[in-house]
Amino acid sequence: MRVNVTVNGEPRRADNVWEGESLLYVLRERLGLPGSKNACEQGECGSCTVYVDGVPAGACLVAAGQAEGRDVVTVEGLAEGDALDPVQESFVEQGAVQCGFCTPGLLVAAHDLIERVPEPSDVEIREALAGNLCRCTGYEKILDAVRDAAAKKALR
Amino acid sequence: MSAPARSPQELQDTIAGGIGESPLRPDGTLKVRGEFAYSSDLWHEDMLWGATLRSPHPHARIVRLDVSRALAQPGVHAVLTHEDVPGENVYGLKYQDTPALAGDLVRYQGEPVAILAADHPEIARQALKEIVVEYDVLEPITDPERAAHDDTLPKLHPGGNLVRHQRIVKGDPAATADVVVSGVYEIGMQDQAFLGPESGLAVPAEDGGVDLYLATQWLHVDQRQTAKALGLPLEKVRLTLSGVGGAFGGREDLSMQIHSCMLALRTGRPVKMSYNRLESFFGHVHRHPAKMYYEHGATKDGELVYVRAKMYFDGGAYASKTPVVVGNGTTLSVGPYNVPNAHIEGWGVYTNNPTCGAMRGLGAVQPTYAYESQMDKLAAALGLDPAELRIRNAMSEGSTVVTGQVVDFPAPVAELVQRVRDLPLPPEPTGERDIRDLPGGASNTTHGEGVVRGIGYGVTIKNISYAEGLDDYSTARVRLEVIGGEPVALVHTAAAEVGQGLVTLQQQIARTELGLTRVSVHPADTSVGDAGSSSASRQTYVTGGAVRNACRAVADAVYALAALRLGRAVEGATLAGGKIVAADGEVVADLAELLGETAVEETREFHHRKTYPLDPETGQGDAHVQYGFSAHRAVVDVDLDLGLVKVVQLDCAQDVGKAMNPDAVVAQIQGGSAQGLGLAVMEEILVKDGKVRNPSFTDYLIPTILDMPPMRVDVLERPDPHAPYGVRGVGEPPTISATPAIANAIRAATGLELPRVPIRPEHITGT
Repeated sequence: MRVNVTVNGEPRRADNVWEGESLLYVLRERLGLPGSKNACEQGECGSCTVYVDGVPAGACLVAAGQAEGRDVVTVEGLAEGDALDPVQESFVEQGAVQCGFCTPGLLVAAHDLIERVPEPSDVEIREALAGNLCRCTGYEKILDAVRDAAAKKALR
Repeated sequence: MSAPARSPQELQDTIAGGIGESPLRPDGTLKVRGEFAYSSDLWHEDMLWGATLRSPHPHARIVRLDVSRALAQPGVHAVLTHEDVPGENVYGLKYQDTPALAGDLVRYQGEPVAILAADHPEIARQALKEIVVEYDVLEPITDPERAAHDDTLPKLHPGGNLVRHQRIVKGDPAATADVVVSGVYEIGMQDQAFLGPESGLAVPAEDGGVDLYLATQWLHVDQRQTAKALGLPLEKVRLTLSGVGGAFGGREDLSMQIHSCMLALRTGRPVKMSYNRLESFFGHVHRHPAKMYYEHGATKDGELVYVRAKMYFDGGAYASKTPVVVGNGTTLSVGPYNVPNAHIEGWGVYTNNPTCGAMRGLGAVQPTYAYESQMDKLAAALGLDPAELRIRNAMSEGSTVVTGQVVDFPAPVAELVQRVRDLPLPPEPTGERDIRDLPGGASNTTHGEGVVRGIGYGVTIKNISYAEGLDDYSTARVRLEVIGGEPVALVHTAAAEVGQGLVTLQQQIARTELGLTRVSVHPADTSVGDAGSSSASRQTYVTGGAVRNACRAVADAVYALAALRLGRAVEGATLAGGKIVAADGEVVADLAELLGETAVEETREFHHRKTYPLDPETGQGDAHVQYGFSAHRAVVDVDLDLGLVKVVQLDCAQDVGKAMNPDAVVAQIQGGSAQGLGLAVMEEILVKDGKVRNPSFTDYLIPTILDMPPMRVDVLERPDPHAPYGVRGVGEPPTISATPAIANAIRAATGLELPRVPIRPEHITGT
């Protein structure tokens, strides 16, 4: 089948999509956007989190056909040209990236949190990111990064 | 054929900062933009997808194997079995006992039996179902203690079911004491649970060889094992590291290496393999479960008199790192304490359980949980404060460990315990509490009723780097040249960056040694000498040492060049700010001018000091290079009615010798502690009759951001005079000491024995 989807502001088309493919597979293997990660492909780890029509979703649990006509934003779409989004900047600066495999999903989830709650408390950050597994950092520096990003956004 | 379209990147981001500072990762921006090429992101025009058929049985004879129907499927390009392995169908890290593809016997559930390549991953998955395998199912051997001693059991390997037995005898093994405590402790099977799946892309080459791009911890050991199975000379099997999504020991053994290369060579096309999460649980080795019998004897004043222990490590179907686990487990069995008399025995055995191998804290995690449980039991028997008992018995520089080795470097164990004990405690809960901070959290299971608080300590000793006589080394090539009018250094090693920050460190060392700003890190590959494994907390020490040596050789070559130009040697020359500076501070040459079109390149190795095998009878010997030490204090709240645990605070003090990148050191300690927390209260691969019952992130739980409490980290720097820059391996100790600290805190809260981790709700409620 053919799938038409807007990704990071650009209309994209994928041909010969098999009905069982996920949005994650289409993004990674057909549209050349491997930023969203294939860590569990069971909706448990949050590594493939993308925006679908402005709402965070696990791209591994969205069937490719369900994405037809939708507006998808991936980690590749968070920066504007060379300018990183504050949440991306803060993850680098605060040491919240180690192996980095969970990072794309965490960035989208954290970006969404700060959009909804500009000054999140620690408990709110923890609840918002509870669906994103990280095996490297122990999460302390991720908390630092989200706090820092929220402060940066407030200043802009 | 060419390199893949998405391939490993040279890291050129230049962020100032030398040794002792905390510059940012050179791969950080790529990673947050989603542009960093992990091994599962690799892509090549015309590539095929590989897939693996795995045994559903833990122990069975293969009676019939027919791949013809699978091969006939449209879109399937090759289906291969053990008969198609071009070279020797056997590999292994310590013992050569693992078939690349099972022959007549399968020894664990998930063992690879056949592989195939197809146009689309789904075609590959469907075609696997068309492979016909008839099994004669056999009774699995699942009890490690029986496997160690019962000769009537069937032999899983020609040499029997024992992988290694090690005895350690120190002083009087039959010593007696005033106060004696004993216990039997068990530890479940933990998984590395790295997020990036096993994956790689094999590209056939025109010379009949193959280029493999992959995620691994040790390129050269993979190259040696893969080339042997492929029947190719080493130089025809070239490996390049692509982005690694975490490792923690789980990438030390082969997974898709031989398989993807076999399929690429057979089809003449690039073949990508990428495990899904279910397959990942079967495709890598796990931490050894263990059962440990311990007895401690002490004087009435609380001085240790003896330790006697027997420990059984379940190695599963193949040896992997079991011999090392037995070596580490026995040599580290009494902990960071002075013990004059000891009698220790450790067994590592084959069973039909999943294969166990390397995981962070290798071989030290198990005994530390046991002896730290014993230390609390002893403190209770003596009426002593648990921290005080540890301080009283703490080893120090000059102590003799259980193998007779004298510790000739700082060992500030007592200070670590004091420091972690003296950190401020969280406030005692008063009044109405936010339910999100209570055990059960937002599930609203309690409002504080039935919740009790406990405090516990965990202290550990871990050997750094490879041991028992291995010549363990690393190689670095450093090239200095002028690019755009500026001196630039390029560091090339085969050392695997697995997330720990080695790429940052390589830049820091080169900047410091060569006195310049711009340093690039070349992708790690097998075109440069062996760097050993990114494991055993060894890469900063060993590859750090190699980069230092290569940089110093480059500097010497530059000084020689300067002497030639100037017509005189420069007294006490150093490099700073891109210039050669004499001892008196005079700038004698500008590097950019001096070098011009010339590039200086040097390759050097670093070998750590010699270690020696253990005496097989007494276990005595200078087996280890260096030890790392850490101490944790945990504060927990426990809901006695439901058995739910909330770790309220987890603090750590660790000696790192020299904090090369202080922020990265703290991050290692935080991340390691999270894995220790996981083992204490949630992480276990459940195995029944040799079968795994929870191979998914739905059922195998790792700590989330809600499970990890705030941490205070206190880093000590007591330089090791024998190590480059005084460093001490950092990565493993925090994982090891976190687990017993939490277990001891839960015991302190509940008064229960709790002789097994992970501690589950039913252990607390007794239901």
